[in-house]
Formats: sequence, structure tokens, C-alpha cells
Amino acid sequence: MNVVLLSGSTVGSKTSTAMKYLNEAITNQDDTLNIQLFDLKNLELSFSDGRNYLDYSGDTLELTTALMQADIIFIGFPIFQASIPGTLKNVFDLLPVNAFRDKVVGVIATAGSAKHYLIAETQLKPILSYMKAHVMQTYVFIEERDFSNGTIVNDDIIFRINELATSTLRISKLYNQLLEEENDQYDF
Amino acid sequence: MAILKMNENTPLEFGLYSLGDHLLNPHNGEKVSYEQRIQELIEASQLAEQAGIDVFGVGESHQEHFTTQAHTVVLGAIAQATNKIKISSSSSIISAADPVRIFEDFATLDLISHGRAEIVAGRASRTGLFDLFGLDLNNYDELYEEKLNLLLELNKTDKITWSGKFRPDLNNMKIFPRPIDDEIPIWRAVGGPVASAIKAGRQGIPMMITTLGGPAMTFKDSIDEYRLTAKEHGFDTSAQSLPVSTASLFYTAETTQLALKEYYPHLNVGMSFIRGTGYPKQQFANAPDYRDALMVGSPQQIIEKILYQHELYNHQRFMAQIDFGGVPFDKIMKNIELIGNEIIPGVKKHLNK
Repeated sequence: MNVVLLSGSTVGSKTSTAMKYLNEAITNQDDTLNIQLFDLKNLELSFSDGRNYLDYSGDTLELTTALMQADIIFIGFPIFQASIPGTLKNVFDLLPVNAFRDKVVGVIATAGSAKHYLIAETQLKPILSYMKAHVMQTYVFIEERDFSNGTIVNDDIIFRINELATSTLRISKLYNQLLEEENDQYDF
Repeated sequence: MAILKMNENTPLEFGLYSLGDHLLNPHNGEKVSYEQRIQELIEASQLAEQAGIDVFGVGESHQEHFTTQAHTVVLGAIAQATNKIKISSSSSIISAADPVRIFEDFATLDLISHGRAEIVAGRASRTGLFDLFGLDLNNYDELYEEKLNLLLELNKTDKITWSGKFRPDLNNMKIFPRPIDDEIPIWRAVGGPVASAIKAGRQGIPMMITTLGGPAMTFKDSIDEYRLTAKEHGFDTSAQSLPVSTASLFYTAETTQLALKEYYPHLNVGMSFIRGTGYPKQQFANAPDYRDALMVGSPQQIIEKILYQHELYNHQRFMAQIDFGGVPFDKIMKNIELIGNEIIPGVKKHLNK
């Protein structure tokens, strides 16, 4: 099973920190998973110009290929101007339509203010749904005050991250079993 | 083929086309050599001619998994190997080439084939050639429109004066050689969006539209809009003057079940290679339905689909891509045989009623 964790921001540290916790939570639950962690901070990505993702090169090709081959994707993002960062939207724009078909996606949002709580719901989920993802209904929302010096200091958040890992892996497993059953019934 | 002249003995011409893709056969994991792939294409054109198929097309892609970048060279060999079948590109990516050179090549092909050459002008669904030839993908639309317009001008006039953005000016120049009858049929290749079909209508040139999959009905809009726009712009939209061609992935075998079983791995693995996403089984499972555009099934099933589409589109040509995804040559031969013996006669019988 291929798992991709995408830290969807080129600035700040909260999202990267949260994704590290999530990475640990997933690894603890199942050490047979093939997990890749991508942080937009460390990548040099092209702007989408409409070509097929296979026609890009370098980091862009590496990231898009990993996302296309993933069974499970976790997206972490900070909130910029009441929406997702433009750099994260660019990642979606690089991918083909239906890119997330048969994939389960879990979400973590980090924010400076509790007022942004619904941004994942109103800004990110519609994009993921359009791209045919099975999006986990519950996401983890983390505020500034839950972090300190690159660690998460609110125990509730740590439990929530663990729960996101567990439930996403569970749904993915279930979904893949059903898909396999359905595919087996075809005679081709 | 000199002036565009559709086959008068049938309301629907039947053609084959290839992108010259070079993919492994997923049934055995083997990939034929470049040499074999190209030789087999030429041989397929001869078999197609013997089977009474009207057209044979070869396309260009300029990237990994494809062999026929020099599609005009391959078409030259096909022209020499055959006598009656029309020879077409499928398509020529004019955005990346000099229209003067394309015109020269196809005029020559027309002379070699004694008036059987046609151009299908495409915009590129794969963009490898933009990098290869140093073109900016941001000029994707502009390059295509400018070059297509120049190509159409070259076809119309003996002496050309022209200036544009992507090619040096032409000042009272003549292009040699001229094709038979002084002109060559030029079709506009159209993909999904209706806007592209409308442009073809505005230009008043024949249209080849890809109907790759999904409900056949979804492509009707583009075809209707094409004819409507052409009419609004004062063009004669009769079947002889502005024919419509569809282009589909195609695979037939004795039974629908066998066709599905043999073809699915080619389609699924082939698509993964060239697009990076496979073909979902759930979607493929719709193929036996006559309303689904994907042309996979028994000859009878295919006839039913073609007739249904003809009712929807009233098109004049159907182009079948029978070699996608490493289909081995013995199966290509089998497809051509079934097309010639069963499908073409079956379609004709119903349409000529």
C-alpha cells in the first residue's frame, strides 16, 4: 500500500510539524506501508501549464507520480487568505482529472485562528471531491497555540492525529477489499 | 487525394488509424522492435486495402512509447505498398512544424499515391514535441491556429503572401510540387471540448472528432455545433463538402466476451504508460452497451454501435484505432478480417436500406 504525505506549504513550520506526527502515527500502526513524505518547502515545482503530468521532470514529476500511484494521501495545509495555499492548488492543477479516483484522502489543517475552522470544508474538500477522492469526513484542525518549538503540546491534537491515521487506513483497507471484489466479478 | 471525394458507394467510410504507439503486449510482456512495428503497420495497410477499408491513417507523437514521428515517411511507404486506400495523417501536429514543409510532404505523398493523400491537422494531445522542438506550451492554441490557417492558405493559393508570428514571412512565394488537382483535403482534428468543433465550423473545413469513450451521445453536441456554425458562416454543410469523421479505440473478436477479455489489458496498461492512469474496469464494463462510445465487442455489437452513432451524428467516416497498447499483429490481422468480412458489409446493408 502506497501512502503519500504532502505538507502543502512553502512557508512556516506548523504544517510540517503536524505531518511528522502523522507520519509517526501511521508507521506505528502498520510498518508494511510504503510511506513517502513530501514537503513543498523542499521541492522545486513547475507551475502547471496544462501538459500531462508525465511530461514534467524533476521534483514535479516525482511528486505527481507518487500522488498518482498512492492508495492513501494525507494533505496538510496552512490557511492563507481564507483558503488553501496557492502552491498546494498548483499541485492539484498539475494532476489530471479524476487523479484521486480510488484513493482515500485524509486532511490536516493548521491555522492562526479558530475562525478558519471551516476552510478545509469549504475550500479543500470540493477540490478533492471533484478529483474523485474518497475524503475522510473528519479532519484535524490545529491552531497556533497547540504548537511550541516544533512540537505539538496539546494532547487532544495528538489523539486526533492518531485517530485520523487509524480511520483513514481502515477506510482504505475496506475500500480496496470492495474494489477487489467488484473487479473479480468481471470476466476481463 | 487531390480534391476531397468521399466514397460514393457507402454513406459511411471505414478507416483504420494508428498513433504508431510502441508499447509492450501486456499478455506476454513483450515489446516488438521499432523495425517490426513499422513494418507491421505497412503490412496492415495492405491488409486493410484488401479488406475493402477506405482509409489508413498514421499519427506522430515525438516522445517515449511511440514510433511514427516521421509519419509522412511511413505514409510514403504505405502509398507505395497500396493502390486504392486513402492515406491520411492521424494526425499531423502542425503546431510544431512548418506548414510549408507539411504541404510539400503531403503534396509529394499525393503524387506518390496518385491522389490519395489527406491531412488531419492536430494540436497535440501529448506535448513531448513542444520540449523537443523548443516551443513554448503557453503558445499551444496560438501556434495551432496560425499554422493551420497558413496551411489552409497554401492549399488555396498558388502564390502566397503571408505574415505571422511563428514563421518568417512569405512574399509572393510558390510552393512546389503542387498536389494533383492543386489541392489536398485538410481535416481539423477535434478532441473533447465543443469550442474546438465550433472553430472547425467557422473555418468551414472537414472535422475528425475523437469519440474515445463514455456515452456516445455526449459527442453529438460538438457535431451539431460544428455544422450549425459552418452553416452560419455560409459554408455548404452537405456530406460531400463538409464530412464528419469520428475516431475511436477499437477491438473486435468473435464474441463480445472474448473481445473484452483480450482487449482490457491492452487498454489498461497502454493508458497507464501514456497517460499515467489506467482504465477502470467499471468504466470498461459499459463497453457492451450500444450507447457507450468505446468500440469493443463482437462484430454484431460493433455494427450496432456504429449504426446507433450514425443515427446520432450522421457522420461520413468512422476511423478505428485497432493497435493501441501493444495489440499483437495476429490480432490486428484478425480485426481487419472481421471488419472486412462482417462489419463493413453489415453496416452497409443497414445504411443502404
